[in-house]
Amino acid sequence: MKAFDVRQCRILRREELVPGVFSVWVEAGELAEKAAPGQFAQIAVPGKTLRRPISICEIDKARCALRFVFQIRGEGTEILARYEEGRSWDILAPLGHGFELGDCSRKVCFVGGGIGVPPLLEAAKPFGANASAVLGFRTKAAAILLSDFERQGNRVILATDDGSAGFHGLVTGCMPEDCEAVFACGPTPMLRAVAAWAAERGVPCQISLEQRMACGVGACLGCACKLKAEDGGWRFGHVCKDGPVFRADCVLFE
Amino acid sequence: MADLHVNLAGVTLANPLIAASGTFGFGREYGELYPLSTLGGISCKGLTLRERPGNPPPRIAETPGGMLNAVGLQNPGVESFIAHELPWLRQQGTVVIANIAGNTPEEYREMAERLSETDVDMIEMNISCPNVKQGGVQFGTTCEGVTAVTSAVRRSCKKPLMVKLSPNVSDIGEMAAAAEAAGADAVSLINTLTGMRIDIRTRRPIIRNNTGGLSGPAVFPVAVRMVWQAAQRVKIPVVGLGGISTWQDAVEMLLAGAAALQIGTVLFQDPYAPVKILEGLSRFLEEEGLSSVTELTGAVRPW
Ligand SMILES: Cc1cc2nc3c(=O)[nH]c(=O)nc-3n(C[C@H](O)[C@H](O)[C@H](O)COP(=O)(O)OP(=O)(O)OC[C@H]3O[C@@H](n4cnc5c(N)ncnc54)[C@H](O)[C@@H]3O)c2cc1C
Ligand SMILES: Cc1cc2nc3c(=O)[nH]c(=O)nc-3n(C[C@H](O)[C@H](O)[C@H](O)COP(=O)(O)O)c2cc1C
Ligand code: FES
Repeated sequence: MKAFDVRQCRILRREELVPGVFSVWVEAGELAEKAAPGQFAQIAVPGKTLRRPISICEIDKARCALRFVFQIRGEGTEILARYEEGRSWDILAPLGHGFELGDCSRKVCFVGGGIGVPPLLEAAKPFGANASAVLGFRTKAAAILLSDFERQGNRVILATDDGSAGFHGLVTGCMPEDCEAVFACGPTPMLRAVAAWAAERGVPCQISLEQRMACGVGACLGCACKLKAEDGGWRFGHVCKDGPVFRADCVLFE
Repeated sequence: MADLHVNLAGVTLANPLIAASGTFGFGREYGELYPLSTLGGISCKGLTLRERPGNPPPRIAETPGGMLNAVGLQNPGVESFIAHELPWLRQQGTVVIANIAGNTPEEYREMAERLSETDVDMIEMNISCPNVKQGGVQFGTTCEGVTAVTSAVRRSCKKPLMVKLSPNVSDIGEMAAAAEAAGADAVSLINTLTGMRIDIRTRRPIIRNNTGGLSGPAVFPVAVRMVWQAAQRVKIPVVGLGGISTWQDAVEMLLAGAAALQIGTVLFQDPYAPVKILEGLSRFLEEEGLSSVTELTGAVRPW
């Protein structure tokens, strides 16, 4: 069986969650059967040379459907956002190495910042009430997916940079102390802080990274990221194949 | 069905499509999607004498109709390739081309000598990588450079030798002729054109290396012109590449004078592009009543 493949995926449901952020469910056939939380897709944009990497937000194996939540950041994502229900996206998926969830009876913490929140949703599902979802946004109006985490039984802790809702400040200021593992995705400064938080407490931490990509499958070596090497030095790994999810203590932040 | 076989410097390819170096790794990833025997050959990721870490990220930027890359020849080194990649690749039923890059003619020669002891089918010398600062010498941009490095390698290379030419020159025909005179069995062109993009908000180049190599449809007409010019100057086969995305592009490149083709950047948009290009090419040959793809090579009717 192919680990990943290309497929024309019909859009089942499209919704604008907050201005500029879209949620799209697609009919993905066998791609959905293969998908695991934390993996991503490369979505083709007509007229563009490169596909756009977007994380898998939810996997519905029963309906063979995948959910993506993405923000308009430039021309490519803007074109993808215009696709209406019934039309199809050309998707290469599932790609990369996702979250290793381990024992779901442990108390764990999912930490997301902004558009880094969507990739955590599927991963937090099997943990139910054992998972706290610490979700940070710029402001209240930018908050997304809170009710989705609540609906699957996770304890949601909201943080905003401007204090317009929830905890006023950084996510690391409101992470529960009793957690046994941390899973995070968001901007690099946040990931660095979360990784440091976990390291200080000796808690294992996995983080999902981003990098500009061409192939998305490990063939072009375009998406390099610095990783610690066994000999104490460093080496370039690749976000699309070795990641996007890495053990935080293996990543060398610059 | 029309015959798709081509002969490239004594090596028979099942069809004229070769995966371009650096876009296909050592074949394992796209081998997930279709048998690698679909392709006439694979030009492997550029190898250096010793392992290279490559450039810091970002290494990739999209451009109108193409992309820039500055991967910086990240590779495990020639010995690791021979030990860990070649045995598997050899079993895939396709022609294996080792692509090499060095800092000095002696480094190129040493690699060619080592690879001549293995069962690679062919050696492609990349004398034109624009993304490697170290070494300084750009062999590919002067006739003297092309001659020096090609003749050094020729002395030790027992495999068919293909020299990959840089488009960053004023007279591509001269370069092709220099390679032929120094003993090359084939030339391939074009490598990437040096380019640059800048983020207008941060005023930083998007690529950490500042400049990168431009590939994709944007370079296609330049590549067609250069293949046409080179093919008129040399008797050895010319392998055409640069921006080929459709079967129509493939036909056009053959007409310009290419004996075989390489495809790279199009794979990023459509990993199945080789399958589609070959289907289209076969259909075209049937429609045109041609019995062999070789009949297209150089068949352009210039004004
Ligand atoms: C593994 C991975 C998962 C991602 N998951 C999501 C997600 O779930 N939701 C979401 O909204 N965004 C996600 N992103 C970011 C998303 O890929 C970019 O926002 C998007 O590519 C921007 O494309 P554009 O054409 O709109 O922007 P432009 O700036 O016009 O894009 C130009 C080029 O730069 C690339 N690029 C620009 N920003 C980024 C970026 N941050 N990361 C990687 N490439 C970039 C584009 O792919 C394109 O090749 C993810 C990125 C990666 C690497
Ligand atoms: C990501 C990337 C990496 C490349 N690495 C190499 C390389 O290692 N050696 C080489 O000779 N050419 C390399 N090239 C150049 C290609 O082999 C090819 O010459 C060029 O991309 C033009 O063809 P295309 O437009 O079909 O991609 C690379 C190109 C890309 C896009
Ligand atoms: S994008 Fe090609 S190796 Fe990661």
